[in-house]
Order: sequence, then structure tokens, then C-alpha cells
Amino acid sequence: MATAAIPIAKPRSFLGRLIGGDEIAFAITWTASASILLVTVMLVWQLWSRSSLARAKFGLDFLVSRTWDPVAVQFGALPFIYGTLLTAVLALLISVPLGVGAAIFLSEMAPRRLSDIASFLVELLAAVPSVIYGLLAIFTLIPLLRTYGEPFLHNTLGFLPFFQGPMYGVGYLAAGLILAIMTFPFIISISREALMDVPNDQREAALALGATKWEATWQAVVPFARLGILGSVFLGLARALGETMAVTMVIGNTPTISASLFSPGSTIAASIANEFAEASGDVYLASLILLGLVLFLLTIVINGLARLLILATTKKGTSV
Amino acid sequence: MSRLGLRLCVGVASLTALTFGALAAQTITAAGATFPAIIYGKWFEQFRQKDPSVQINYQAIGSGGGIKQLTAGTVDFGASDKPMSDEEIAEVVKQRKFKPLHFPTVLGAVVPIYNIEGVTKELKFTGDALAGIFLGTVTKWNDKAIASANPGVKLPDQAITVVVRSDSSGTSFVFTDFLTKVNDAWKNKVGANAAPNWPVGLRAKGSEGVSGQVKQLPNSIGYVELTYAIQNNMGYGSVQNSATKFIKAELASVTAAAAGAAASMPEDFRVSITNAPGAAAYPISTFTWLLIPDKISDPTKKKAITEFLSWMLTTGQQSAAPLHYAPLPKQVIAKEQKAISLIK
Amino acid sequence: MDARTRRRYAVNSLMLGLTGVCTFLTVSILFLILGYLVYNGGKALDWDFFTKLPLPPGEPGGGMANAIVGSIKVIFLASLIGIPIGFLGGVYLSEFGGTAFPHVIRYTADLLNGVPSIVIGIFAWIVVVVPMGHFSAWAGGFALSLMLIPITLRSTEQFMRSVPQSLREGALSLGASKWRTVVTVVIPASLSGVLTGMILGVARIAGETAPLLFTCLNNQFWSSGFNEPTASLPVMIYNHAIAPYEDYHRQAWAAGLVLLSMVLVSNIAARLVLSRGTARR
Repeated sequence: MATAAIPIAKPRSFLGRLIGGDEIAFAITWTASASILLVTVMLVWQLWSRSSLARAKFGLDFLVSRTWDPVAVQFGALPFIYGTLLTAVLALLISVPLGVGAAIFLSEMAPRRLSDIASFLVELLAAVPSVIYGLLAIFTLIPLLRTYGEPFLHNTLGFLPFFQGPMYGVGYLAAGLILAIMTFPFIISISREALMDVPNDQREAALALGATKWEATWQAVVPFARLGILGSVFLGLARALGETMAVTMVIGNTPTISASLFSPGSTIAASIANEFAEASGDVYLASLILLGLVLFLLTIVINGLARLLILATTKKGTSV
Repeated sequence: MSRLGLRLCVGVASLTALTFGALAAQTITAAGATFPAIIYGKWFEQFRQKDPSVQINYQAIGSGGGIKQLTAGTVDFGASDKPMSDEEIAEVVKQRKFKPLHFPTVLGAVVPIYNIEGVTKELKFTGDALAGIFLGTVTKWNDKAIASANPGVKLPDQAITVVVRSDSSGTSFVFTDFLTKVNDAWKNKVGANAAPNWPVGLRAKGSEGVSGQVKQLPNSIGYVELTYAIQNNMGYGSVQNSATKFIKAELASVTAAAAGAAASMPEDFRVSITNAPGAAAYPISTFTWLLIPDKISDPTKKKAITEFLSWMLTTGQQSAAPLHYAPLPKQVIAKEQKAISLIK
Repeated sequence: MDARTRRRYAVNSLMLGLTGVCTFLTVSILFLILGYLVYNGGKALDWDFFTKLPLPPGEPGGGMANAIVGSIKVIFLASLIGIPIGFLGGVYLSEFGGTAFPHVIRYTADLLNGVPSIVIGIFAWIVVVVPMGHFSAWAGGFALSLMLIPITLRSTEQFMRSVPQSLREGALSLGASKWRTVVTVVIPASLSGVLTGMILGVARIAGETAPLLFTCLNNQFWSSGFNEPTASLPVMIYNHAIAPYEDYHRQAWAAGLVLLSMVLVSNIAARLVLSRGTARR
């Protein structure tokens, strides 16, 4: 691109560029870039080839079988896939309304200075390491859930299958809550940017028609930025799916499938963290690597969707 | 910019000095069982003080992990409280070209630990009660399977929260080995394994994880090595042995369980002493083993490891009792001292 | 005002109020985390924590000096690999790229950035730990560098692209070769932004635990050089938090406070670098 923008300089010969150093600089930077491609291809290849034993033995049944039994050497990923999706969805159910609400406040209501400070704080929230969320969850969130949160839900909404069964504190609900907190920053900061990019005409037109501030925001501004907001939701989802430490510290690590949110469960990432170092036997190890591959594919699909959506809003700049 | 560069250089230089200059000790890496991790931590610290040129880094990742990492060749030796199976040994021979030797280090007991609101008295467990709890057929603390062995204890009408190991563990093996020997339902449904397919329970990583979880959760039960229970002031029950006596885990009862095995120890030291005969024997006792390669190519490592073994069999044994592990019987020590010469 | 209008205004203030509540909730979580950590960590932090080795399990006392140094070592290795590759790659994308290949690289970098950290850990175990035959700081550094590269690459590219085209044209028209233009004009002009990106990237990987679990493993002693299993703060926090010992919990809080301070201070520093850099221009 840059070359096209130089109309005056006459093209140098290859030798001239070599002596000038341009070709060398090109080669060095190209190599650095290419190494990223190489290492990513290697990563995919290693996950693929090292999981071949499990793929050959279980095939697609791996994705739908509920048995995870190292003794019988039978491995099915369904409990982990279920736990991964359930906790991620639970997290988003909490974090999307709160996050988008906060983003609306920061972009539409708050004075610029306050908005900047708040979004700076939110970005710091994104920098807190996940093991620290786990540490806090073990010693605060779980006892609170066990003594107050879960009994309360059980007493008020206990007729629903989601809020039945024994209350341990650890389980899907705890994992969902901690993931909600961890996805806040993504949703708030990206939604806020998308909302702030909405042209002012959009707001003024709605206000001029007699809309209240909220109506203008909800009916004219938010729809305009909806793709960006959706993109932020997908980014949050990708983060929630791949999160390991905070989840493994609070979920109970049991390969079961249960409708109750109080039940202990496990996720793909948590089970790898728990079992990878000690998996004895080739098929067991291959199955764990295959789990890694499944998680990898899941997150790149979600990430890809998120980027497409964000790109679509920033490029077109109009609502579709 | 130049000042920034200067500062960076100083930083890098001091870091390099810190990492290379200060220490030149030989590090030996070992990994495995969490069951003996408390005494191993103590031993390796004492051994380092005795000879600062050698430090043995022991990581308690579970017995299964010890065997796996030994097979993968990522550690110098492993540790397990489940003797390796013939297939596992064959796999190591195939992949690593050495044979792992079993060296018993101490004896220990697996105890059922519990945290029940309002219960301070020591509980008694039959094998069937434990099997029922961990099978999920006994679900309340006041179930008669538990209550009948504990007259006079007021057990709550509360659900039992079962906590088991999430990792592949020798402690799990010893515990399930015992249940398999005393309960047919357990034998048919689950069996003895380091990573059994548990019918119920929350899972926690390592003995630390299980005792941590039981401590945090009211009305829960788990199983760990005795020392973890004592160090954390947790309630642990006595267990009915083969002579139908309820025995509490302690040095004498664990030593009693090993009496039979001590007299007739097989050449490769692989032996199970769960549900051992003898009126005083604690039924969930076990030896715990170091898994040492019979060929160590690095001469400094070989010297360090054999020296550690000799030290462990003599001076080291004195640390066992204060940490609630039982020291090895004399006959076993004599036999092991001969076996050290097998390391080439 | 008719009933409908009144209702509309009521909804207006209700909803706007609710968004304010959302903001308050999310921001207060940060302060709760900080406050609780500072309270517990501050109580637990003592001089021993920075100077002593961990004691055998169950014995109170000791510290995490080896984990602090270990974390620094692993982050140093990760930066040594990750920053040059990410930076040079970013230079390529912004200055030397053609048309098709940069798109591939950009896409790959985003993909790598999205790979869950535990999967990176598996990869590093396969390609570094198993062939080398032991756990090491190198393996951990390698794993973390894979996370650092895409972050550095994208931020470098982004900030170098924002350098006005006229600056480059000025240098080129004076006869400077392309790489000279890049080194003398583009890099200095975008330096504060590029540095910010790097610091943020390093701060991000400093707290990562999952990729270290089966690469660095852990170590209760000092590790010499980079070839041995190495203790690190995040893994120590994990191990101590799930253990039953009161004193381990105390130290986990202390380690959490130290780690979080490191991460937050570098985050704030990075933003200061950026704002100072832009103010000067």
C-alpha cells in the first residue's frame, strides 16, 4: 500500500534495494510474520495428529457420548461440552444486560470525563488474572452462594428444575457468575465504542421528532450499533468458553450432565487442566488432546463471527 | 530513549546474574503421589540442608501423574502409592529403555474425613457404609447404615456431600481396593482403580484439594492420608477391619497391617496390605513407593538418588512418626538396602 | 401532559436510571475485588514472603521468593521470544506488506490470540517438554510467548499505521531507503503507542496460569538457569488456594496482591506512556 503512495521516487533495481537494505528488512520482517503462520499451523497439526488415536477409536461419537471413564477407556465429551456451553450462556445472560446497560450509560448519559474514567476502570477489570478471580471465588463467592444465594433461589424459584438438588456452592452457578464478571469488560468497552461511533444526527433526528432521551437511545442509537454490540457479546462468549483457572477452581470438576444449576459439573478447559498432567494411557491422553481441539474449533468459530460483526459495523457505518 | 535503553540493560544484566550466578545446585525433578507429599516435602528439605549441592524438586501431582511423567521421561523419578501394573512397567521399558524399581518409603493410612455440623464425636464406619456412601446409595447422614454403627451419636437428617479425587491417585486406588475387597456391589459396579468412574461426588485435585473442599463444605465426606486430617484438625472415622473391630488409624494399627507383608515381601516390593488380617490392623493401610529407573545415565544424578535412598532408609525414617506416617519394618529396610545396588 | 406522555417520561427516567445502576454495579465489582484483596493480602504480606522459600506443607511460615523470581524469568523468556517477533511482524504488516499475505497473517494472529490458554499449554507440552525430556522455564516462556506475539503484532501494526503518510513521503523524497524511513521516522513517531502495546501484552501474560501448569510445573526450591522446573506466582496461588492449610491461604492472598499490583501498575504505566507520548506530539 505504502509503495503505491510514492509517486516521485523512481523504482530502484533489486540490487539497489538489496544494498539499501530494503530487501533485508523485508526478509526479516517477513520471516517474523511467517513464523506466526508456521507456529499456528503446527499447533493445529499437533492437536490433530496427537488426537488421532481418540478420533479413530470414538469418531464423532466422541461429541455425543456422555461416558468419561478412564478405567473402561471410554471417552465422550458431551458432559464437558454441555458444561462449557451452559456456564458460558449463563454468564452472558447476566453480563449482557448489565454490560450493555453500562455501555449505554457511559456513551449516552455520562459526561465525557466520567465516562473515560469509568471505562478505564473497566479495562483494568479485564487485566485482573483469572487465578485471582478463582481465589476470590473460593473464599467469598462460594460460601455466600451456599449459605444465602442458593437457598434463596431454591425457596423462591425452586419449582423450576434449574434450582433443585443439594446446594454445595460449587457448581455451574458459581462458574457462570464468575464468568459473568470476567466478560463484563469486553462487553462494556466494545459496546461503548460501537455506541459512541453512532453519528450524532441519529440522536438529534429522534429527539427532534419528540422522542425522550431513552426512546432516542433505544430506538435510534442502539439498533444502529447492534452489530458492534453483538460482536462484543461473541467476544465475551469466546472468552467464557476458553476460560480455565477461575472455572476449575469453582465448578466441582465432575463429568455429569444436570439441569440443576446447583449441580457440580465440568468444562472442557477445566477437565484438561485437571487431568492432563496425570492421564496415563495413550487413548486417555489422545482424548484430552481431542478435547483441546474441540475447544479450539469452538472458540475460533465464535471469534471469527465476532470479528466479522465488528468489521461489518466499522466498515459500513450504517445499520443493515 | 537512551536512558530507557540503559535502564533496560541494567535490568536484564541483574536478572541474568540472579538466575545463573547465584545457584549452581544439581536439581533432580520428581513427581507423583500426594499421599506421602508431606513427608517427602520434609525429607527433600532436610536432604538439601544436609547436602546443598543437590535439591530434589518434588511435585505432588497424583500417583497416576507420577507414572505418566516417568513414562514420558519428563521427571527423574516418580512416586506412587499404587504399585505399577505389569503393563505400565512394560510401557516404561518400551518407551524409556529402563525398568522402574519400586522402593517403599513409609507406610500410611487412608482415612475417611468428614465435616458434619453438630457432630464432634468420632464416627465408626463399616466397609459397607463407606461403599454405600461413595456409591450414592447411602445419601443421608442419619441413614441406618451409618447410624447403626454409631449408637449415641446424633446424626443430622442432611444430605451427604461426597468429595473424591479428580486426578489419577494412589489414595483413590487404596481406598477403592479396600472397598472392592469388602463390598460386592462396589466390586461389580466400580472396582479398584486410581481413577475410578465415581458414581457420585464433587471432584477436587490432590489430597490438598479434597481436604480443602471437605473443610469448606458442611456435611461432606472425603478420603485422604491420615496426616492431612491431623494437620488440619479434621474429624476422621475409624473403620471396621477384617476381624470386625473398629480400628482408628495410627502408627500401631498401620504397622500391624504391614506385619504380614513385612515377613513375606516379594522381590519387587509390589504388595497390597488393604483389609490385612490381624485384630489390631487398620484396614486401609498401604506402603508408598518411589519409582526409580534401574539405569541412570547421568552419574551425578545417580549418585544423588542412591545417596538419598540410603539416607531415607536410615535417618529419614526418624521423620516418619512425628508426621503420622509409620516407619518401614526392619526386614523391608534390609531388603531395600540390597536393592539399591540394582540401580546401574 | 397526558397519561401516555407521563408514562413515556417515567420509562425514560427508569431506564436511564437502570443503566446508571449497571455501571455502578460493574465498577463497584472492581473496587470490591481490589478492596478485599488488599485487605486480606495486606494482612498476610510480610518480609518473609519476598525473601524465603516455601516450607513443607503444613508448616506455617516461609515465603514465595522463588516464585517471584521464577515468574520474572518466565516472563523475561516470553518477552525475549514474543516481543521481537511480534514487533517485526507488526512492522511487516504496516510497512512492507503486499496484499494477500498480510491478510493471512492478520487472520492467523487473531486466531492465535483467540486460542484458549490451556490449549497453548498442551501445545507447549507436546513440542517443548516432551522432546526436551523435562519441564522447564523455557517451555513456560515459549507457551506465554505464543500469547504475547499476536498482541504485540496487532498493537504495533495499529500504532504504526496511524503515523501520517506524509511523514513517510517526506523521508522517501529526501532519498532515504524504505527501511531507513521506517527506522528513523515511523518507529520513533509511533514509539509510545508501540511500547504501550508491549507493556499491556506483558501484563496480560504475567497473570496466566493455565499455560504454565504442565510446562513450568512448579518447584519448591530455587531453579538455576532456565532448564529446570520453575515456580511461578500464578501456579503458586492456584496450588495454595485449593490446599487445606490456613497458612497456605494466607500466602495465596499475599501472592494475589503482589501479582495484581504488578499487573495493574504496568497497566496504568502503559496508559501513562501513551498519554504522555501523544501529548508531546
